[in-house]
Amino acid sequence: MSDLFKINIDGKEIEVPKSYTLMQACEAAGAEIPRFCYHERLSVAGNCRMCLVEWEGAPKPIASCAQNVGDMRPNRDGSAPNIRTKGPYVEKARNGVMEFLLINHPLDCPICDQGGECDLQDQAVAYGRSDSRYEENKRAVEDKNMGPLVKTIMTRCIQCTRCVRFVAEVAGVEEIGMISRGESAEITTYLEKSLTSELSGNVIDLCPVGALTSKPYAFNARPWELRKTSSIDVMDAMGASIRVDAKGDGVMRIMPEVNEDINEEWLSDKSRFVWDGLARQRLDKPYVRVDGRLKPASWGEAFEAVKAALSKPADKIGVVAGDLIEAEQAKAALDLFRALGVQSTDCRPAGAQYGTDGVREHYILNPTLAGVEEADALLLVGVNPRVEAAVWNARIRKTWLWADLKVALIGEAANLTYDYAHLGTGADALADAATADFLKGAKRPMIVLGEGALCREDGAAVLAAAIKLANETGAIADGWAGFGVLHNAAGRVGALETGFVPGEGGKATAEILGGGMETVVLLGVDEMDLSGLGGATVIYVGSHGDAGASRADIILPSAAYTEMSATFVNTEGRVQVTSRAVQPKGEAREGWAIFRALSDVMGKTLPYDTVDAVREALRENDLFTGIGYAPGAAGAEALKAVPEASGSLSSAPFKPVIGDFYLTNPIARASKTMAECSALATALDTPVAAE
Amino acid sequence: MALRRFDLEAGGDTFAFKPETEEKIAFWRGKYPAEKQRSAVIPMLWLAQKDNNGWLSEPAMREVADRLEMPYIRVYEVATFYTMFRLQPVGKYHVQLCGTTPCQLRGAEKLKEVCRKEIGDIMYVTDDGRLSWEEVECLGACVNAPMVQINDDYYEDLTPESLSQILGKLKNGVEVAPGPQIDRVNSAPEGGATTLTEPSLFDGSRNAITTLPNLPSAEPEAAAEPAPAEKPKTTLIGGGAEKKAETGERPPMVTIDPAAHDDLKRIKGIGPKNEDALNELGIYTFKQIAAWTAENVDWVEDFMSFPGRIEREDWIGQAKTLAEGGETEFSKRVDAGDVPSSQEDED
Repeated sequence: MSDLFKINIDGKEIEVPKSYTLMQACEAAGAEIPRFCYHERLSVAGNCRMCLVEWEGAPKPIASCAQNVGDMRPNRDGSAPNIRTKGPYVEKARNGVMEFLLINHPLDCPICDQGGECDLQDQAVAYGRSDSRYEENKRAVEDKNMGPLVKTIMTRCIQCTRCVRFVAEVAGVEEIGMISRGESAEITTYLEKSLTSELSGNVIDLCPVGALTSKPYAFNARPWELRKTSSIDVMDAMGASIRVDAKGDGVMRIMPEVNEDINEEWLSDKSRFVWDGLARQRLDKPYVRVDGRLKPASWGEAFEAVKAALSKPADKIGVVAGDLIEAEQAKAALDLFRALGVQSTDCRPAGAQYGTDGVREHYILNPTLAGVEEADALLLVGVNPRVEAAVWNARIRKTWLWADLKVALIGEAANLTYDYAHLGTGADALADAATADFLKGAKRPMIVLGEGALCREDGAAVLAAAIKLANETGAIADGWAGFGVLHNAAGRVGALETGFVPGEGGKATAEILGGGMETVVLLGVDEMDLSGLGGATVIYVGSHGDAGASRADIILPSAAYTEMSATFVNTEGRVQVTSRAVQPKGEAREGWAIFRALSDVMGKTLPYDTVDAVREALRENDLFTGIGYAPGAAGAEALKAVPEASGSLSSAPFKPVIGDFYLTNPIARASKTMAECSALATALDTPVAAE
Repeated sequence: MALRRFDLEAGGDTFAFKPETEEKIAFWRGKYPAEKQRSAVIPMLWLAQKDNNGWLSEPAMREVADRLEMPYIRVYEVATFYTMFRLQPVGKYHVQLCGTTPCQLRGAEKLKEVCRKEIGDIMYVTDDGRLSWEEVECLGACVNAPMVQINDDYYEDLTPESLSQILGKLKNGVEVAPGPQIDRVNSAPEGGATTLTEPSLFDGSRNAITTLPNLPSAEPEAAAEPAPAEKPKTTLIGGGAEKKAETGERPPMVTIDPAAHDDLKRIKGIGPKNEDALNELGIYTFKQIAAWTAENVDWVEDFMSFPGRIEREDWIGQAKTLAEGGETEFSKRVDAGDVPSSQEDED
């Protein structure tokens, strides 16, 4: 029997797979089907009835989202069934559905944040009546508390249950439900507790009406006044595609864009709601510490101070790059400091044992983020994807839920929203992993290390053991490179690609920050322990006044990720470029431009004057030539060689890398919204710990 | 239907199933495979409600969710969907008053007034904690409308007076017999049967037809041995009419010393009821039965409304063996006490 089915849609005969729903078939034929409850990434509910079409011969209109093409039959004469998506019959049906949906929907569009981008509004224009025939009282529903991110106006809810299905299926925390029934049915969380998912903001996008809207964005702007700029997120190392909506010089909100390779169409709460941090605690002019106090200075004065600080012996100067550094800045800074003879440069956290062996495949996520959907066994080592790459965690869950992926974890046990085998907490568990149950019969295993596994004394041994394990279990094969590292910092891989590691005889992060240096340059370093710097002169280049800036003696303000066009390489090794949505604050400049200007002052002028010229220089490394390309399985060849293991695997437990999901970088720490989320999450954690 | 919310205050913080409920929980959970335990959520909620004085508190709901490893919101959805789960306290006697059309036509509105007067508003619990009431949809006892359900029992055919009386008794701790509150058995007509009153329906006299009219006549066996007609139940219609057998000859009666009576129940086919009937006919011994003629058999079968049975079960043969002091398979079992129907009442 053929897997294809012939179907005649609006007079156009097409052939579609039998697994299609009628709605998919209609879309394949180019017809537009209105819908509220149907969402292609959620299970089919079939309760809004907006997608009705006419099936010639059927007694009633058909809800096309819930009708499987494979269940349809041809006409009596054997010809393909006739579907009509237009015409008076369909229009009348949809008009009737629309009238019922609007019976209890308030007419408050003028004060509704969804106005202008509301499915109900748009479809009411297309299919609704011009007036209402309803004369009874409308029903009113009490608003529900869903936490600091999601604002609810429940009277507007049309009970499509998209939010219920999202949190249960994608986010994996069953917290929203529909209680009661009939006219008193309401969407709520259990006893109005806050949502605990780090993906909860996506219900705002999913809500086809204005029932769930963004609380921080409430009443801030109308969609048509916003400048929309496609860009790349830097809150984690995934590099999700985002759209930055700005008004004037302020970022008003951040929304996800569809990118099947990375974030599908989801976005983590940190990426979505961090934008208020872009307007707080900003460094908008250079500062120089005079008599123990930071005083505003001009760029010229600041550069003079920097020049003095950098006149120390080159081996007494150290440069550390932070989590959010863009490749252009890393390139320019590295070029300048190498020209000055500085070898102590590093972009990795203290104690990191990777990135220096010259094999790129040893520090990127070779199987790719989307690749997990093809894997049948996944071993996570020293990594908690739920906090380190929240959106990817949803993809793991999706594969676990629908495709029977088996997951195992070595490291601290955590609620990952899917079941996993816990093989141990320390690196020694890697030795026995090859015989573990979850690998039995696996054809495409995937082994993912986190920084928690690599930033410790036996990091090199862990790396070697994991690559050995990958080779032994068939994770490295033609067309499948099942070993990778999941980073948590957006700038890390990009800086590594530029070679931002200790040069010959140079010192690594822990030593640079551990004292003994006379001048230390921090490129947005706020997460590391700065207490050991001693009396060193600290030059801080960054966008936010945070830990680094408060220790600094000279501050050079740079632009944040929404304020420049900058190159980031995500954890897969995928090169992506952000776009400028707003201007940098005050006198802040793009990172590369600061070092270009500084190079003049230092008498070592860098050979590029524009960002394009910097990129040209970056492209001398082939890795930066393919924008949007991830090498993926091409890395298999390089992984077949197991690196020499030095030292043995320790039984010390892997430590979690991220303490607080909501406060991982200076932008997030400046955000009021993130602070609220963090306080709430901490409060929630307490009773759990007490149990 | 009004908004249904948990009474968090009255629910307190804790709930525990009663120890004796555990067995029922195990029964319900045993019905479902280990990975489908959440299927037991409705019976579990129901048991929790019973153990919580007739209403479902928030801790009780959580207990059910924890036991079935379900997210609280999923159980909350079920508990709020079904109105049989009451989310606020109820009285010791909770009155569910049917207000659907048949009951309404038969005076449910007046009953509501009684409830309002005697108890108070819907879901209000009287100060002594004894009574509360709510209006529910059809409880399926329309033939006895109007009616209420109080805890697990139906009280039917109510009038404002009788309901008020019932409530008064319950308030004072006096139990009231459930069922129709007028002269009526179950859902039969008031004052007794109005149809099927003809005694011949029940005395077997209509069983005379031995062949179906359209059967081919060349079926001698069907004619000789007609299917025995089941004896209809006559609990409602008094079966007191004197039975008269019209065929055969009545077996002779004897009057003998009770000590000499045989235990007729040792014959297969004779239980306590048949034995009583035979005793009434003056038949007490195996010998008498062994001496029955074909006419006697006809008469007795007719009298007792089971044509063909005596021959089929070979009462006479059995009686002969037993009369001579012998034993049959069945009598051995009776003597060993293995046949309960030969000891207690059979029907």
